[in-house]
Amino acid sequence: MTLRRLLTPALLSFGLLGSAQLHAATIDKPECLAPAKPGGGYDLTCRLAATTLQQTGLLDKAMMVNYMPGGIGAVAYNHVMGVRDDDPNLIVAASTGAALNLAEGKFGKYDGSEVRWLGAVATDYGAVVVRDDAPWQTLDDLMKALKKDPQGIVFGAGGTVGSQDWMKAALIAQADEVDPRKLRYVSFEGGGESLAALLGNHIQVFTGDLSEIESQLEGGKIRVLAALSDQRQEGAFADIPTAKEQGYDVEWPIWRGYYMGENVSDGAYQAWLDVFTKLVDTEEFKQARHARGLFPFTKLGTEFEQYVQERIAHFKSLSQEMGLIK
Amino acid sequence: MWDFLLQGFEVALTPLNLGLAFIGALLGTLFGALPGIGPINGIAILMPLAYTLGLPAESALILLAGIYTGAEYGGRISSILLNVPGDAGAVMTTLDGHPLAKKGLAGPALGLSAVSSFIGATIAIVGLTLFAPLLAAFAVNFGPAEYFALMVFAFSSLSVMMGKDPIKTLIGAVLGVMLATVGVDSGTGVMRFTGGMPELYDGIDFVVLVIGMFAISEILLMLEHDLTKGGGMAPVGRVMVSMKEVMFCKGAILRSSLIGFVIGVLPGTGASVAGAVSYTTEKRISDREGTFGHGDMRGLAAPEAANNASAAGSFVPMLTLGIPGSGTTAILLGALMLYNITPGPMLFTEQPRVAGGLIASLYIGNVMLLLLNLPLAGLFARVLTVPRWALVPGIALLAFVGVYQLHSDLMAIFLMLAIGVLGYVLRKFGFSLAPIVLGFVLGELMEENLRRALAMSGGDVAVLFQSTLAIGLWCAAVAVVVVPLVVSGWKRRRASA
Repeated sequence: MTLRRLLTPALLSFGLLGSAQLHAATIDKPECLAPAKPGGGYDLTCRLAATTLQQTGLLDKAMMVNYMPGGIGAVAYNHVMGVRDDDPNLIVAASTGAALNLAEGKFGKYDGSEVRWLGAVATDYGAVVVRDDAPWQTLDDLMKALKKDPQGIVFGAGGTVGSQDWMKAALIAQADEVDPRKLRYVSFEGGGESLAALLGNHIQVFTGDLSEIESQLEGGKIRVLAALSDQRQEGAFADIPTAKEQGYDVEWPIWRGYYMGENVSDGAYQAWLDVFTKLVDTEEFKQARHARGLFPFTKLGTEFEQYVQERIAHFKSLSQEMGLIK
Repeated sequence: MWDFLLQGFEVALTPLNLGLAFIGALLGTLFGALPGIGPINGIAILMPLAYTLGLPAESALILLAGIYTGAEYGGRISSILLNVPGDAGAVMTTLDGHPLAKKGLAGPALGLSAVSSFIGATIAIVGLTLFAPLLAAFAVNFGPAEYFALMVFAFSSLSVMMGKDPIKTLIGAVLGVMLATVGVDSGTGVMRFTGGMPELYDGIDFVVLVIGMFAISEILLMLEHDLTKGGGMAPVGRVMVSMKEVMFCKGAILRSSLIGFVIGVLPGTGASVAGAVSYTTEKRISDREGTFGHGDMRGLAAPEAANNASAAGSFVPMLTLGIPGSGTTAILLGALMLYNITPGPMLFTEQPRVAGGLIASLYIGNVMLLLLNLPLAGLFARVLTVPRWALVPGIALLAFVGVYQLHSDLMAIFLMLAIGVLGYVLRKFGFSLAPIVLGFVLGELMEENLRRALAMSGGDVAVLFQSTLAIGLWCAAVAVVVVPLVVSGWKRRRASA
C-alpha cells in the first residue's frame, strides 16, 4: 500500500489529478488494471509484466497494478470503454476466460471487437485429473466409461456452468459424443476446493489447469490423464500425454495477455507493443514466466487481434452448440 | 519430527527472520485494523516486494505469514473501538467487544482479546505441528453434503442469538441470505437479481456489505447527535486486563480455540464461520444471566480465540496437501510457487527449512503479536477519547478509501452507502446487524454446497444423509434447537409441580 495509492482517490475527487494524466502521448505513468480481486490469475498477469518490466528497465517508471473486481471482468471492460478509452498508460489483463465471456454475451452489449488487443505473453493449459486409485489409466479408459454411462461420472472444477472450467469438461464430453448438458458437473470456488473434493472422492474427474496441479504431481495422490495442450510440456509435465496424442482433439490454452482502450492512439499502442516485443525475449521474463507455472505463448499486435477475434467467434458457435446462448 | 521443528527454529531465530516476523506482525495488525484491507490485500501488496528484495523463500514466507496472523489480531481493534469489523473474522467480536468499550473497558477488552487470540493461535499451531497429516485426511472427507450439514448446524446454532426479539433475528438472517443470492448462480451460470448491472455479477462484496452495514450506519447514528458537544465516545478507564478476567474466560477460550482450529482446517470454511460457531456455542454454554451481547468478556474472548485458531488451522491443508484452506493461504501458495517451491505432500521432506521455518515462525510471531498488542491496547483505546467531530469524518474517510482501493470503482461506493442507509434504518427499528452478516456468509456457503451435492447426485436428496459425518452434523443441528426447548419445558414442569 503506497501512499500514492491511498491518496489517489482523495486527490481525484478534488480534481487535482486526472485530467493531466489522461492525455499524455507516451508511457509516463504505466498502469496495469487487474479486473479482479488481488491474488487471482489477472493479478498474476499484471504482476508478471510489472515485475519483469522493472527488472529489465524497459519502462522508465514502475508500473502500478490496480484492481477492479466485478462482473467477471465486465466492470473493468465497461470502465475502459466509458472512461479511459484513450488512456495511453493503461493496459488491462485479459485471458481466455475474458474472450469466452465476451462470446457468451456476459459483457452486455460488447462483443470484444471494441478494445485494442495488445498481446498475449504466456499461457497455462487445461488438464484432466483423477485420483491415483481411479479405475481409468488413460484418457481413453475414461472416455469409454463416460460414453457407457454419461451420468455415472461426476466432473468438477472451479468455475460455473458456461465458464472455461466447465468448457473443458464439456469439450471432453463432446469429443466423446456425449451431450455436455447431460454431464454431471459440480462448480467449486476455485481450483483448491476442487482438488480437495477430488482427493476426498466427492468428484471423480477434475478439469483443472497444469500450473495448479504441479504441486500434486510428486505426491502420488493424483493421476493426470491428459494435458489439453497442442504438444507435451517440459520438465515435471513431460510424462503427461496430450489429449490429442490419445486421439481426442481437445485443446484448452489459458493464455494471459492485455488489451487497451478503443481510442488509444496508434503511437501509444505501438509504444507498448515495442516494449512487450522486447520483453518476451529477455531472460528475466522467461524465468519469471516459468516461476509462475506458465508456459511460452507469444502473440503480439495484429496477430493477437486476429487470434482473439477468431477465438471469440469460435467460442460463440461452441456456446450455441452447447445451448448456453441462443 | 522434533528435528524438523528444531531446524525450523534455527531458521526462524536468525536476526533477519526475527525482524521480518516483527515487521509482518506489526503491518498485519495495522492491515487488520483498517476496514477494507484484510490479510489478502496486505499479502498481495507485499508479496511482490518480498520477491523483489530477493528474500529467500523461508524469509518471505515468514514475513507474509506474519501479516496473515497479525491481521487476525488487528481485526478486533476496530470491532471493539468503533463497532466496525476490521475483517471477516471479527464480525462476532463487535457483539460484546463494543459494548465493553462503551462501558469504559476498552483497554481490558483489547488486552483480553489479545490474550485470547494468543491462546487460540497457540493451541492451533500446536495442533498443526502434531496432527497436520492426520487432520488433512479428515478435512478432505468434507464434501458438499457435509458442508451443507455443517451450515445447517451453524444456522440452527444461531437460534441461541434470538434473545429478546426472535422475529427480528430471523428477519435479519433471512435478509442476509437474500443478499447472498445476488450475482451469478454458480450452478447454472444464470444472473440473479443483478438488474443488468455488471457490478453485481459477482455478488455483493463482503467488504462492501460489512463496511456499509457497520461503518456507514454507525456514522449516521453518530450524526444524530450534536457533534460539537461532548467529548469522545466513552471514557477510558483502566488499561490493562487483569489475570482474574482472563481466568474467568478460560473455558470460553479453550473451547473456542478447538472449534476455530477444526473449522479452519476445513478448506471450505474460514474465520467468519469459526467466529460465528464459537460465539453461539459459548453463549449456549455460559450465558446464564443473559449478559452476552451487553459486554460479556466471554462473548469477546470466544470469537477472538476462534478466528486466530482458524487462521493457523488453514495452514494444515496448505502445507500437507498443497490445497489452500482460505483465500489468504491461496495467495501464500502462489508466493511459494514464485520460489519454485511446490507445497504439497512432499513439502515436509523436500523443503524442511521452509515448512519448519514457517511453523516455527508462527510460534514466534504469535508471541511477538501478544507482546506488541498488550502495550498497544492502551494507545488504541485512546481512539475513544477523540472528539466526535474528528472521529466521524475519520471513520468516513477510512470507509471510503477502504472500499475504493479495493474496487477502483464508484459503483462500489454507492452500493456501500445504500447498504449503510439500510443498516441505519434496520438499527433504528431495533435489528441487530450480526445475524444479517452471518446470514450472508453462511447462506452463500449453504446454498452453494446444497447445489453441489445435488449436482453430484443428479438431484437425489438422499446424498445429503449418506455419510456418518453428515448424519452426525444433522443430529447436532437438531439437538441444538430441540434440547434447550425440552430442558426448559422440563424445568418449568418441575417448578410448577
